[in-house]
Order: sequence, then structure tokens, then C-alpha cells
Amino acid sequence: MFAVRSATARFGPMLALDDVTVEVPGGSVVAVVGGDGAGKSTLLRALAGEVALESGTIEAPPKQRLGYLPASSGSWAALTVTQNIDFVAGIYGLAGEELTTRRAELLDRASLTPAAGRLAAQLSGGMRRKLGFTMAIVHRPALLILDEPSTGIDPVSRIDLWRLVSEAAASGAAVLMSTTYLDEAERAAHLVVLDSGKILVQGSYDQVRAGFAGVVTQTGEPVRAEWAWRRGRVQHEYWPGASPPPGATVVAPDLEDIVIALSLARRNAVLS
Amino acid sequence: MTGVQLRARQVTRRFGAFTAVDDVSMQVQPGEVVGLLGANGAGKTTLIRMLLGLIAATSGRVELLGGPPDRQRRRRLGYVPQGLGLYGDLTVRENLSFSAHAYGAAEPVLPPALTGRAGVLVRELPLGAQRQVAFLAALAHSPEVLVLDEPTSGVDVLARAALWDTIRAQAERGAGVLVTTHYMQEAQQCDRLLLMSNGQLVAQGSEADIIGSTTAVAVRTGDWAQAFAALNAAGAPVMLEGRAIRVANANPAELQQVLNTAGIQASLQTVPATIEERMLVLARATDGS
Repeated sequence: MFAVRSATARFGPMLALDDVTVEVPGGSVVAVVGGDGAGKSTLLRALAGEVALESGTIEAPPKQRLGYLPASSGSWAALTVTQNIDFVAGIYGLAGEELTTRRAELLDRASLTPAAGRLAAQLSGGMRRKLGFTMAIVHRPALLILDEPSTGIDPVSRIDLWRLVSEAAASGAAVLMSTTYLDEAERAAHLVVLDSGKILVQGSYDQVRAGFAGVVTQTGEPVRAEWAWRRGRVQHEYWPGASPPPGATVVAPDLEDIVIALSLARRNAVLS
Repeated sequence: MTGVQLRARQVTRRFGAFTAVDDVSMQVQPGEVVGLLGANGAGKTTLIRMLLGLIAATSGRVELLGGPPDRQRRRRLGYVPQGLGLYGDLTVRENLSFSAHAYGAAEPVLPPALTGRAGVLVRELPLGAQRQVAFLAALAHSPEVLVLDEPTSGVDVLARAALWDTIRAQAERGAGVLVTTHYMQEAQQCDRLLLMSNGQLVAQGSEADIIGSTTAVAVRTGDWAQAFAALNAAGAPVMLEGRAIRVANANPAELQQVLNTAGIQASLQTVPATIEERMLVLARATDGS
């Protein structure tokens, strides 16, 4: 079990993390969601030991047992796929036969074998992300930290990547990842919803849904615009605690609805 | 606004020996939001570039607002490319002023989120705000057609909902909208979907039409890690969903056999596939050929 406990971090006047506790057990995927500036990257970097906390504790393995994929590409554009993997493997002391076997295995799983000799600069976004992932797990880390591994890549590469993440968890690694894709977060064993450095809610998807207070309705014309958001041809409107007007169509909120509703509740509370 | 706003009739585009778009026919009507889906390399961007008149078709015909996509018709079009097409070294106001002049439109009024940022260089804005500026620039001349290439990639949920509000408002005033997305919940916001694979248009219609008869098998078991490992080793396209496992386009009997051999007890259920799984199945079929 790895964890960030009661973590508070400040960048100048900005509170980036506000008393955040997140546990990441071995063999499971924990997904962090939230808007721009919510603190997702800071939380991930805190667990990776790359952020100085104002208070709180970090329980993480030593660096050589930790794999980290940053939000930027995570590979060197001017090196080939093979050179990228070999370089990182070398840092962890992998060489010779062991490296050859491990590299072949990783390339195969990430469907990158045909691209082994290509420069990272010449890969598609999805392939480059998968390369970054293989570099983060080359040394079989006990804790794997992935900062938006799937942002901006196509759905087929996303499924591929999710399979690789699942595989890491199935073989016992603790995985902490951030994502802007809420349907992806729904698949994680445990999810954490962050907003302005604070945890709005965390738990399994079922727990998050069960713990969601209030009602979401579907409407063509919202009654209170500041509590409504667009879903296709209609809008959804959140009624925290209060009951909706009689005759309103109540919908079962998905994670997208829940995250928006909770963010609105926080925002509207701050404004009022 | 009447008539079809974007149309491709049996359009093909080759680059040397490579066929990027292969005999595609499609159209966008006034007031509808059409989602264009496909993996990388499926041909989406090439199709869009032909519809916009940026490259010529090798064969077939492309129509923008009832005729060839020439300069006059392109003035009536709004386009937000994936790279946003803004000038990073110009301020928000300068960018909007430049595009308004190019289209002969009045400069747009800044929304609340951007007031006070008129003098900020675009490259210094966060991505979400840059997207808002790109939208403003593309919408200032009330275009009759709107083409958006991954408009919300990397944007957070609230900003995404706001951008969709804008897209819907454009459709409601009669504009035809063509939008590409990698985000499947966003695809569900469209009126109609087009799915491209390998240069061809392979399915169109509602989400159910896109998924067609593709199914997935949901595997529930107490020992998910072992089940995952066994199915993965057998080459099945496995995916984790909480503590359950999904396998796209699989035969439950075959999966059951793999699990039996590994001594794992599990219950299997065939369920409809997701759009993503349908795309995965298409991609695998292409790789195997």
C-alpha cells in the first residue's frame, strides 16, 4: 500500500493541494479526475516525491521501484524506440540478455515491434504514449504513476494503453493515474475527484454514485442556468439537496454528471 | 439556410500508392451536429481537408454550400483546426481582430471568462482559454458551416460542457456542424455519427448503428488478476473495468475454455460493445489482413 496522507502543498499564494489523503493499494488502478488546475499533476508528483509538501506524509517505494510517466511525452524525440527503452533500462541496471528479453516483451505487448527502429519524433501520438508507458514500467516498478497517459490519443490506442495499465495492475503493481476521460475513470477500481486542490469525493464508481446527494434532471430549458450543463440536445440541471420542480425528468447521473454537479456546487458556494 | 452544407460524393484521395480516403460519400445538413470518428490514420483529417478545399480529391466531388469549396464559399465557413490556428505571439484582441478583418466581420465581444485578458499573448493562456479564443475567431462571421477538429481535447469537464453549449447554439441557429472527437461521451452528444476506418466510411447513423452487431463479453470472477493474465496470455483483447474484465468481439465458449484450463471460476455474459470496442475490432481486422 502506497499513500499520500493529509498532504498540503502551496505554490506561492496558490493552494495546490489542501489536506489530501489518497491510498494506492498494490494490484489496483486508482484514477484521479478533475479540471485544469484541480491539482491532479501535483498529487501525482507528490507521490513521486517531486513536490515539497507544506505538511503531510508520503508513503512511496524507493525511486528504483517507482515508474513515472509525466504529462509531457516521456520519451526523447531524437532517439529510436529501441534506444529510448535501452537508455531508461540502463539507468535501472538492465543489460545483456535480460534487457533483450524484457525489451522484446514490452514492444510486443505495446504493439510497437514494427516501429522499434523509428525515431520517437516519427511516431503517432498514441504510439509515443505507449512508448512512454513501456519506459515507465521497464524495471517492473511496484508503484506506477501515469499523468494523463491517454489525453489526445485515438480510441484504439486508448484501449491498448488501458490494457497495458490493467496488465500492470494484474501483475501486482499499484497504479495511480490521472485522466480527463471520465468513461475511462469509471473503469478504475477507485476514483478520486479533485477540485481546486481539494478532494470532492473518492471511492469506487459505485460508492461515488451511491454517495452522490441531490438530484439531476434533464431539461430543454434549465430553471437555474448556473446549475445546468449541456448533454447533447438537452441540458442537465443539478438540485443539491433541494427537490426539483414537479414533473421534471430525473436522470441517473453518470460520472460526467457527478463531477460537473460537484464542481458547480463548490463554485456556486464560493461565489455566494 | 437550406440545402446540404457539406457533401462528399464518392471521394477518393491518394498519396502516391497510399489511399487515404477511399470512395467516401457523406453529407452534413443545416442544423445538425455530425460526429466523425476513426482511429489515427483512418482518413478523417484528409477528408476534412478536401471538404475545406485545402487539398483536391483524386476522384469524386466535394461540395461546400452547394458548390466547389472556393474562396467565396470558404468565407461562409468556420473552422477550428486541432492546432487551433491562432497566433501565439499576438494578443487575444489582435488574434480576434485579425480573423474578423479576414472574414469582413465585426470583432466579437469577449465572454466573461476572457474579459481582462484581451491584452494577453495567446501563448500565455491556458489551453482551455485558447480554445475559447479559437471558437470566437471561427464564429465571429456567423458561419453557415462549422468544422471542428477535436475541439475539446485536453479541456476539463466544465469547459467542455461550455464549448458544447456553443456548438449546439450554432446548430440551433441553422449551421451544419462537422466535429471529430476521440472522446466517446462526446460522440454521444452528436445527432449523427460517421465512422471511418482505413480510408473508408464503414458505418453511419446512431451510436447503435455504429456498434452494429459487435458484442463484448463481461467476465466476473473473484480472481480477476489471474483471469486477466490467463485471457491476456491467450491473446484476447482484454480490458479491466473495475474488478470485472471485458473482452471485445469474443466467443464466450472459447473464453470459458481458457478460464477452465487455468482453473478459474467465472461468470460470462455477452453485452453490447462500446463504440471504442467496435473501433478496436475494426483496427484488429485491418492489422490481420
